[in-house]
Amino acid sequence: MGRSLKKGPYIDFRLEKKIQVMNDSGKKSVIKTWARRSMISPDFVGHTFAVHNGNKFIPVYVTENMVGHKLGEFSPTRNFRGHTAPKKDKPA
Amino acid sequence: MARIAGVDIPDHKRGEIALTYIFGIGRKSSQKILTKAGVDFDKKVKDWSENEATSIRNVISAEYKVEGVLKSEVQLSIKRLLDIGCYRGLRHRKGLPVRGQRTKNNCRTRKGKRKTVANKKKATK
Repeated sequence: MGRSLKKGPYIDFRLEKKIQVMNDSGKKSVIKTWARRSMISPDFVGHTFAVHNGNKFIPVYVTENMVGHKLGEFSPTRNFRGHTAPKKDKPA
Repeated sequence: MARIAGVDIPDHKRGEIALTYIFGIGRKSSQKILTKAGVDFDKKVKDWSENEATSIRNVISAEYKVEGVLKSEVQLSIKRLLDIGCYRGLRHRKGLPVRGQRTKNNCRTRKGKRKTVANKKKATK
């Protein structure tokens, strides 16, 4: 179920503040964040976030198309390496 | 033979059903179209007069996205997901279910025919 429109999108408060400061000063730096649940607001476009995936920080460069998605969607938490290759000769 | 929205040629069925042969039109929108065009739901396609057919055509072309246009729109939105590299895009890329379904078993629609692994270890007691 989607979030109530009445509340508006959830954007991490501190993240928003940081972005505002950076936008005002025109500086750009990678922002480390754990706020995977935060919606990407139009202000975020052009910034790079290091989004935590539970293990490490995945760099995410935000583009126009990503607005409206959550930060966590771009930082996969599972790493599927494939199944083990079948053994060639069966041990007796 | 009635030709509506390009290629589709549904025939000798009730209008309400026949229209659903068009990609992008289901029972509900088919009913809405027929009401708007002023054609009875139960009238067979072969009994449609030329006027009725044109008015149906007009309603569809004015208000509905069907067939090629709709298909390309769907493809575009999938492509968007692929391009931005979000979770849903990754699932599309891998051909796995996108909306959080389990993949331990089932989901054959997305995964296709079973690929049996030879010599897979059987559960031992």
